[in-house]
Amino acid sequence: MMPEWRSICLVAGAMALLGTGIVLGQGWDTARYEVAGKKSGYLYMDETTRQLQDDDFLNPGMFAVDAGRVLWERPDPVSGKSCASCHEDAETSMRGVAARYPVYDPASGGLVNLELRINQMLTQTMGAEPLAYESDDLLALTAFISHQSRGMPIEVAIDGPAAPFFEAGKAFYFTRLGQLDLSCSQCHDDRAGERLRGDVISEGHVTGFPIFRLLWDSMGSRHRMFQWCNTSIRAEPYALGSPEYLSLELYTAWRSSGLPIETPAARR
Amino acid sequence: MSWRVLKKPIQARRSASPGRRTLAALALGLFTLATALAQDGLAPVTIIDFSIPEPLTQTPGDPAAGERTVRDSRIASCLICHALPIADEPDPGNIGPSLAGVGSRYSAAELRLRLVNPKAIDPDTIMPAYYWLDGLHRVDLPYQGRTIYSAQQIEDVIAYLLTLTDDTEGSAP
Ligand code: HEC
Ligand code: HEC
Repeated sequence: MMPEWRSICLVAGAMALLGTGIVLGQGWDTARYEVAGKKSGYLYMDETTRQLQDDDFLNPGMFAVDAGRVLWERPDPVSGKSCASCHEDAETSMRGVAARYPVYDPASGGLVNLELRINQMLTQTMGAEPLAYESDDLLALTAFISHQSRGMPIEVAIDGPAAPFFEAGKAFYFTRLGQLDLSCSQCHDDRAGERLRGDVISEGHVTGFPIFRLLWDSMGSRHRMFQWCNTSIRAEPYALGSPEYLSLELYTAWRSSGLPIETPAARR
Repeated sequence: MSWRVLKKPIQARRSASPGRRTLAALALGLFTLATALAQDGLAPVTIIDFSIPEPLTQTPGDPAAGERTVRDSRIASCLICHALPIADEPDPGNIGPSLAGVGSRYSAAELRLRLVNPKAIDPDTIMPAYYWLDGLHRVDLPYQGRTIYSAQQIEDVIAYLLTLTDDTEGSAP
């Protein structure tokens, strides 16, 4: 749903920009999407999909970011607390967070990613109900928080207590699965740039999540993408938020290290 | 039965080093020169010299049915990875080589092994095994215990591929 003020902004913005040729939003020089030989999925997209990401007024993911901003400030009806009441301005307090997640969580002895961390906050510090994985609200909050790191290089800790999880994720990445018997690596390391029917296979970087994917016509998390890739090779997917996908997320984030966060990215 | 080297070496790809290929070929040649493999509920196959000479079914393959099968996008279509010389299939993948002319490059027996289990030729290949169950992990529920194609579909597809004898036929990349 498009909030009314957004349509006003959209019209006003479009009018203001008409003829100026200025693009508001990411619109980075394409060189920024390649770091140390790694190429973001952006560079594997066609021109129209890139334009969708480049312009914040067109990018459908910005609706999720805006919805997240509203949730950030909305007080829980019972405790009266909102995210903002503790963290205040997300632009400063949340800057860089998405670039270093997932992290090892001593309390649970496992990894947590941004989605699980948001739910920990909701349940443990606000006394609120957790949000369902892949629900609009959790995607919105994740998109809003990740957006605060836009442009910052991904850098995750894989040493110390995180090391065994990193190793598990790495093993997952190289394991052939499913009836088609393929590993993540066989597509995203060995075949990037080649066409799998209509899709150009990218390097499988996790810079843009939650992403707006045209194929889904909606936002999706990193774990939803893992499920999609798993089911497309006819492998039984793991649950969203499962330990297996958390480890895989840590490994894939490490693979993407140095590349800037793009949230919200647009993909085919 | 005599040992012979692969007549037409499969195009080398990054993922499969020549060294490994030779080793795999050697292992196959020495230990599985003629291997009869029976998997649960599947027609037994005998691999001889990088081929499967015996058809999997009694009914001869039907090329027209084979063409319908390879184009069916619900069953891991070859078009995901290969171009085929079919005018109205404009959007094939390019992971594997074009299949135009493949009928003049391979015999039915060689194509049969290629489809049944290409990993018997190159363990690292990305091409799925269309009639093989062993060695798979975490197969999604609807597909558990089932091969991608049935024995008859394999025979139909071989019959179809054998009609593709012209490698100059116009086909997408
Ligand atoms: C059969 C090939 C194949 C396999 C195997 C595969 N993927 Fe993918 N993957 C794709 C395709 C096609 C897309 C959509 C196009 C693109 O963005 O690469 C995709 C997209 C992605 C993306 C989104 C990239 C972006 O820029 O937003 C990620 C992340 C990803 N895959 C990770 C994985 C992981 C992790 C695995 C293993 C669990 C895996 N993939 C297995 C084909 C595959
Ligand atoms: C996921 C990718 C993929 C799919 C799906 C696939 N193939 Fe392949 N195929 C390959 C690759 C890659 C090669 C190149 C050699 C190798 O790596 O095994 C190949 C090689 C071949 C060859 C040998 C071609 C030559 O000129 O040497 C034949 C024949 C073949 N495939 C037929 C088929 C048929 C028929 C289907 C569908 C029933 C199919 N393939 C499905 C990836 C695929």
